[in-house]
Amino acid sequence: MKLGYVFGEVAQGLKRNLSMVVSIVLVTFLSLTFVGTAALLQLQIGEMKNYWYDRAQVAVYLCSSYSPAEACPQGEASADVKTSIEAKLKDNTLSPYVEKYFFLDHNQAYAQFKQEFASNTITKYVTADQLNETFWVKLKNPADGAIITQSFSGVAGVEEVRDQRSYLDQIFSILNAASLAAVGIASVMLFSAILLISTTIRQSAFSRRRELGIMRLVGASNFYIQLPFVIEGVVAAAIGSILAGAAVLAIVQFFVQGYLATALPFTNFVGLSTGLVLVPILFGLGVLLAGFASIIAIKRYLRA
Amino acid sequence: MISIEKVSKTYKGASRPALDTVSIEIEKGDFVFLVGASGSGKSSLLRMMLREDVPSKGSIFVLGENLISIPARRVPYFRRNIGMVFQDFRLLPNKTVAQNVAFCLEVIGKSPAFIAEAVPAVLKLVGLEGKQERYPNELSGGEQQRVALARAIVNKPQLLLADEPTGNLDPATSQDIVNLLERISAAGTTIVMATHDRGIVDRLKRRVVVLKDGQIVSDSRGVGYEAAEVNR
Repeated sequence: MKLGYVFGEVAQGLKRNLSMVVSIVLVTFLSLTFVGTAALLQLQIGEMKNYWYDRAQVAVYLCSSYSPAEACPQGEASADVKTSIEAKLKDNTLSPYVEKYFFLDHNQAYAQFKQEFASNTITKYVTADQLNETFWVKLKNPADGAIITQSFSGVAGVEEVRDQRSYLDQIFSILNAASLAAVGIASVMLFSAILLISTTIRQSAFSRRRELGIMRLVGASNFYIQLPFVIEGVVAAAIGSILAGAAVLAIVQFFVQGYLATALPFTNFVGLSTGLVLVPILFGLGVLLAGFASIIAIKRYLRA
Repeated sequence: MISIEKVSKTYKGASRPALDTVSIEIEKGDFVFLVGASGSGKSSLLRMMLREDVPSKGSIFVLGENLISIPARRVPYFRRNIGMVFQDFRLLPNKTVAQNVAFCLEVIGKSPAFIAEAVPAVLKLVGLEGKQERYPNELSGGEQQRVALARAIVNKPQLLLADEPTGNLDPATSQDIVNLLERISAAGTTIVMATHDRGIVDRLKRRVVVLKDGQIVSDSRGVGYEAAEVNR
């Protein structure tokens, strides 16, 4: 096998179809960037789930004097209410699910509120008695939030039971939808990349039809005839895949780590190491798809 | 060498078959002319022998290969034992004479050393010494057909198929090409040549197979075109 011949043919083919090759590069680049972004989003969701689900708690908000009358007809929750809730959390029905719980009274809740909104002027207008006294319940398995919700919802003196996971699930379902959309766009673009590759290969084969005819006539093996075309498609897609890998790394480095991580300092974000894992996957995906499309295109051309 | 039995071929959309129950045996060393009007099936028969096409019916053996059942991946290796030339030469215009011949050795994986030896030798054999570096468009028709012949025989094939090799050449040049074919035949290569050229067939007095409407109407040895036609 003459490698010189094969690569000479590849270089010639790439040069001859330059505009088509450039469009293959661009389409693979964009579609794989979308794939990469979707993967990043999924990894980010995973990261956030790990982090936040572990910390998610169920809040049992007790009635305050400011609570709406429909939920709290008796007004401020009495000391009896607190002891009965605490007793319920300790009894045999609930205690197997509860890892720990703690109680915040008005002043503690206010202190925490001030800390969380330190830079916000809202702290000036809120007073301690406006904030609910709260039992924070941490569960052994964060998925069991419904048990606490059911046990305390509608109990006299309880304004509302809130599972923090319900907020998180909303965020995650938005992120999930975004990554699904990215995958959808990516698959349409990947499909057009495949069609582009097969058109380019057919064109390339047509412009070399004399050589191909003679090669078949004198008995060059199919592998030898087809190889330059397959390499041509793969090289074009490989360039696009490398660009996509670079784009994903740039997104991680400059957008996620450079912007998001400073804007939202208490959240764990995907890092460069995760991005680096994606690069070879994108490259492999691009090369495999292109190789596959090229082989089918050239085989079909030669059969016809 | 070649054994064709009751081969028929009908192309899609054609009203009558291109080949109609054709049977023919060709022995090693034969020099066979296929004659007949355009559309009589000469080219189709040659295409079958090269396995460019597969019969609709019948059996065909060439060089010991069953061409009905040969797997696609073995076809290239089968073709390495066959040389073929055409009326339109089919040279690569962007390659020199030597490169055109070398190309067909390169693509079947011959070593550079073998190519460096075989190409000048075959060009000398066909009478093209000193023209190695010319491009096809700088050559006369006869010279171009010599390049094509050089390419067809450089790998020492057992069988040479020629589809109207003199169709584009004047009579004197045609005679030169036929003389070359005779020398190749004398060296032991089996030759099957489709032609319209009565003059050549009459002069050589070889085996003549006459095709008409896809059928063999006569097969005779040592006679000219007219005699073969009459023999039917």
